Amino acid sequence: MTTTPAPVRTRAGDRAAPAAPPLRPRRRPNDTSQWIAWAFVTPLMIYLVLFYAFPLYRNIELSLHDYTPRAFVRGNAEFVGFQNYADIFGSSSFAKAATNTALFTIGSIAFQYAAGLALAVFFRANFKLSAVLRGLFLIPWLLPMIVSASAWAWMFNSDNGIINAALRVVGLDPVNWLTSPDVALTSVIIANIWLGIPFNLVILYSGLQNIPADYYEAASLDGANAWQQFWRLTFPLLKPVSAITLLLGLIYTLKVVDLIWIMTAGGPGDTSTTFATWSYREAFGAGNPDFSPAAAVGNLLIVVALAFGLIYLQMQRKLEKQ
Amino acid sequence: MTGTRSLWKTLIALALTAIMLFPVYWIVNVSLTKTSNLRRSPPSLLPLDPTLEGYVAAFSQQLPQLGTSLLVGVGTVLLTLVVAAPASYAMATLNLKGRQGLSFILLVAQMIPAVVMAMGFYAIYLKLGLLNSLWGLILADSTIAIPFAVLLLQAFMSGVPTELLQAAKLDGSGVWRTFVSIILPLSRNSLLTVSLFAFLWAWSDFIFASTLNRSGDLIPITLGIYKFIGNNTTQWNAIMATAVIASIPAAILLVVAQRYVAAGVTAGAVKD
Repeated sequence: MTTTPAPVRTRAGDRAAPAAPPLRPRRRPNDTSQWIAWAFVTPLMIYLVLFYAFPLYRNIELSLHDYTPRAFVRGNAEFVGFQNYADIFGSSSFAKAATNTALFTIGSIAFQYAAGLALAVFFRANFKLSAVLRGLFLIPWLLPMIVSASAWAWMFNSDNGIINAALRVVGLDPVNWLTSPDVALTSVIIANIWLGIPFNLVILYSGLQNIPADYYEAASLDGANAWQQFWRLTFPLLKPVSAITLLLGLIYTLKVVDLIWIMTAGGPGDTSTTFATWSYREAFGAGNPDFSPAAAVGNLLIVVALAFGLIYLQMQRKLEKQ
Repeated sequence: MTGTRSLWKTLIALALTAIMLFPVYWIVNVSLTKTSNLRRSPPSLLPLDPTLEGYVAAFSQQLPQLGTSLLVGVGTVLLTLVVAAPASYAMATLNLKGRQGLSFILLVAQMIPAVVMAMGFYAIYLKLGLLNSLWGLILADSTIAIPFAVLLLQAFMSGVPTELLQAAKLDGSGVWRTFVSIILPLSRNSLLTVSLFAFLWAWSDFIFASTLNRSGDLIPITLGIYKFIGNNTTQWNAIMATAVIASIPAAILLVVAQRYVAAGVTAGAVKD
């Protein structure tokens, strides 16, 4: 390691800037046999087949059979075709879960994005401590979910939570944040917005860095104020990055189980149950595990996530071409 | 920009950071509160009468869980590196045919909800007897990190100058030697980034822990806290003390490697 010539290391080590133009036409030495290349990829391929493809296949199989806990152990579950899918679509929980999933994802990403963008624009200016404080904003994103979720659960506690204590101080009535059917979903959305702000801030901030400073100088010379600069310059130029941030946020938010499960377990009733928590509850929640409908809900979730995922990949490709 | 305007911005930024980090402060505050004061209304905003009883309870009950999480985290990092680094090397520098298809698969793999993976793993582990085992948990946790690791590493390795690889070849260095003595040392920073994230994700994982390792002797800290909450809702100081301890790796990560954390968040999002 120490024998590596220093200049080379710094050159490749600082990958922020594009590599210097190569002397020769840029082509990889391609006489290396494909066999060797594939040998290096083999562990990954085996890994993907065993630990991605196989669980997903098992999951499809679960959803097409009627797996009771006993059939699970014996391995003699009855094949029922698409019955589990028909059941979940006909289930009384379906409409509620669909509405909650939509409210949870849209509510979360709309506010995360707005707050993240406002903060990114604010932190774009260089002031004292700006880098340090921006770094501190990452903390919610790095904390283990159980830590954040239990902290919010305690803050939202009806009797002893700090939030109700604050409401009492200003003369408002306390709210049963996690135990009232009308508010539980809002409470988990608030916590999830808090969790997602760092991610939005970081991506949008890095997007802002790619807007040349001369544009702003020219705009100031033309007498545009900060508000106009934002709406006529920043926001339009940031559109591709915004689209990507929102889509990634959407895909992440669709998957959320742990936050909701730890705070409300999807309740009271199923007032804060999303597709992801519904699936988790059927399979691993209290009571008898019901893997087959759980797998059906899970596969439905995959289809939705992948649909948005493909849109995301399409957009990213477009962005790269620009 | 004038000095006063900059000062104002700093003050506003401090206020915003304080609001944002209030829940984090609250975790620390509650962790230092006496059990008898937990139900006081309104709660004390400052730990004026601090106690370590929460931490004593946390350490006496959660030490094995912390150890388990450490093992799972380290295991996940090693597995991730062993699988991802050679593959990234081949994708980046060996002209691998099918590289684009593989990248696509890895991007899509990252979008699969963990709860779905957990069910598949559960069904498989039940047959293999891997439920409630550390190995099972390490394998499952690594699925969070490996696609990300390959994409990040191969993006970095593609930037290694071609001339360097050709020079190595002229010197008679084989593919394996080039990988070990040129590519790996050069990729130190991105290997570090990948390791940090793999560790943090494995350490923080709740879904796999709560499904694949529910009743084992060795449960990770995330599940330790969850069961702690379920068993005693009166001792929130101890719960929050455990939460503080469980957040140490995240804190270290932020202090030691803030630059890489931001790089990791943006990798695969804006450019990959």
